[in-house]
Amino acid sequence: MAFLHDMRFRAYFYQVVAIGFVVLAGWTMFSTASDNLAKQNIATGFDFLTRPAGFVITEAAIAFEATDTVGRAILVGIANTVKVSLLAAIFGTLLGLGVGIARMSHNPLLARLALTYVELLRNVPLLLYLFLWYSLIILVLPPVKQALNLLPGVYLSNSGLVVPAALLQSGGLALLACLVGGAAAAFFIRTVATRRRIATGQPNQGGLLAIAALLAPVFLLWLAGGFSVDWDFPTAGKFRLTAGLHVRPEFVALLFGLALSASANVAEIVRAGIQAVGKGQWEASAALGLSRGKTMRLVVLPQALRIIIPPLTNTYLTVFKNSSLAIAIGYPDLVMVSNTVMNQTGQAIETIAIFMGVYLALSITISLIMNWYNAHVALKER
Amino acid sequence: MKQALLTICAAALGLSVAGAASAAGTLETVKARGKLVCGVSLATPGFAAPDDKGRMQGFDADICRSIAAAVFGDGDKVDFVPTNINTRFQALQSGEIDVLSRQTTHTFSRDASLGLDFGPTVFYDGQGLMVAKSLGVSSAKELTEAAICTLPGTTTAQNISDFFRAINGKFELVVFESPDENRAAFYSGRCEAITSDRSDLASIRAVANNPDDYIVLPETISKEPLAPAFRQNDSNWGDIVSWSVWLLMAAEEKGITQANVDEKLKSEDPDVQRMLGATEELGKMLGLDNKWGYNVIKSVGNYGEVFERNLGEGTKLGLTRGPNALWNAGGLIYSPPIR
Repeated sequence: MAFLHDMRFRAYFYQVVAIGFVVLAGWTMFSTASDNLAKQNIATGFDFLTRPAGFVITEAAIAFEATDTVGRAILVGIANTVKVSLLAAIFGTLLGLGVGIARMSHNPLLARLALTYVELLRNVPLLLYLFLWYSLIILVLPPVKQALNLLPGVYLSNSGLVVPAALLQSGGLALLACLVGGAAAAFFIRTVATRRRIATGQPNQGGLLAIAALLAPVFLLWLAGGFSVDWDFPTAGKFRLTAGLHVRPEFVALLFGLALSASANVAEIVRAGIQAVGKGQWEASAALGLSRGKTMRLVVLPQALRIIIPPLTNTYLTVFKNSSLAIAIGYPDLVMVSNTVMNQTGQAIETIAIFMGVYLALSITISLIMNWYNAHVALKER
Repeated sequence: MKQALLTICAAALGLSVAGAASAAGTLETVKARGKLVCGVSLATPGFAAPDDKGRMQGFDADICRSIAAAVFGDGDKVDFVPTNINTRFQALQSGEIDVLSRQTTHTFSRDASLGLDFGPTVFYDGQGLMVAKSLGVSSAKELTEAAICTLPGTTTAQNISDFFRAINGKFELVVFESPDENRAAFYSGRCEAITSDRSDLASIRAVANNPDDYIVLPETISKEPLAPAFRQNDSNWGDIVSWSVWLLMAAEEKGITQANVDEKLKSEDPDVQRMLGATEELGKMLGLDNKWGYNVIKSVGNYGEVFERNLGEGTKLGLTRGPNALWNAGGLIYSPPIR
């Protein structure tokens, strides 16, 4: 019985037993629950996903009709959730970066303003801000009948912002080719310019050239009349504006709320990251004659990035999960669509299982991407 | 949301532990507990909402009391459990509540697939639309292209989608989880119209700054018969719930009220004698006290009294009886004979 005293055997043994218990407990719960559901004649399973949904979703990131399936309705919910979270994360990061740097400004007015901004935003629950932004939009802006006509074809009212929509008539393929070609050229120019700068130490105009390379093909194609765009102008319908592109207040309020609350978190993370970079780095780069702006951009921020990335992952996950507060202000995200589905089918356990699964899967995806990026920028010790 | 998740977890656990509640028979379980556990809505004035003394008031709450009175002879032996609109059926399935009395529409798929049965319709409702008078609209059919606010609950979103599909019109649907946001969006003009059950529209209109500025359009776009629900395969318990409700209706027909019920015990009318347990032993057939009928009327009054007290024209909701009048007064309220 010597193997009983083998440390490695015992370690494996305990782990196998622990996993076995978890699996057994999960299986018991699942099987008795479905047994009892069957005994009480309660419908189970995921058949309802292929039934027609029967309700409309007005704000849909992918096309949706009432005759589409319940499964597609849930997909619309997922797309809406991803759309608003992604935009909120981008705006939140850019805004947070600015505020975080402003927090450390030598100008006391700017620093205090940034401090007030951060404290106000992160010390009040997001839900209350969502109610505030939404109420401001629908109470301050006029009803759609008296919409403000900001520019020709641009209307602002408490039903949202309506702008002319661009409909590509012809030349879509040529446009795509020019865009891809321009992007490839820009990338190439930038790589070469960076390599030359590192080799020679001479600053160059690689960035400007790259931008020019990106835009020039599209501009030339436009001059040559290679593609044509139809503008779909909003028109006054019986009650509201039809046609055109609608940005609805529910979406704006949610995006605003999520982006602002994320920016406060990002600002603190950025400040912490910058302050963690040794003072010697600033002094050394000043001694080399770099300006404060250049020091920040070229010396400090790249080093701070390594400290910033892990907590930033957390912030992104929070933004993503907080997007479920959409339900309070009428934006049809995954949770809201699921709630409607639940009400219609009565299959709450399955529906909640679906949206929990989706949140879990997407959160893990965000983590994986951020972890990969973190490994990419981390100090590589050789 | 968190609450919904908790309820789901509780329901899943309840289902996985055992179908204990259904095995024992709900009447025995209720009697052994000494209290009826009744699922009601969170806070809907007129149907179920606590008053300033914390006592649950409302039409649905009184239905619970009548069942408790039939079982215990005391209408106050009720624990009211506020149920979430998304998880109310799970609460019933798992045995957390004995009966669900929560403005719940009796529909085919709920009856057939959720492991529950419905009692008699206690309130005939229907989905309607409300608009501002200044909009100059007199029919829901004129509302194509309009934005319409609603709650995600029940089947309102589907009904309104069906309605506009039938007339081949488009509209913008804005769905709110919170009733307050829903109302605010409508009053601010974010939506041209708001849709819900007509009884609910009445209570939304009642809280407007100037209720006269709004009208409920004539169309009723769906049938919403609201009925209490109980677990399937418990016939005795189902009978108790159903007959408690029917007794309220029969009592109104016979003119028995909370005030005159003691007098009516001495009535010569054989129907009244049977209902109140003065003659024969109808209560025993259900496993109840023979005075069950007397106890029900004594604690909540008849159907008409319950209606007027909670929803009638003297209340904030100010609803007329409409289809909820007795059958012999042009309505749909009809009780099978109690004999």
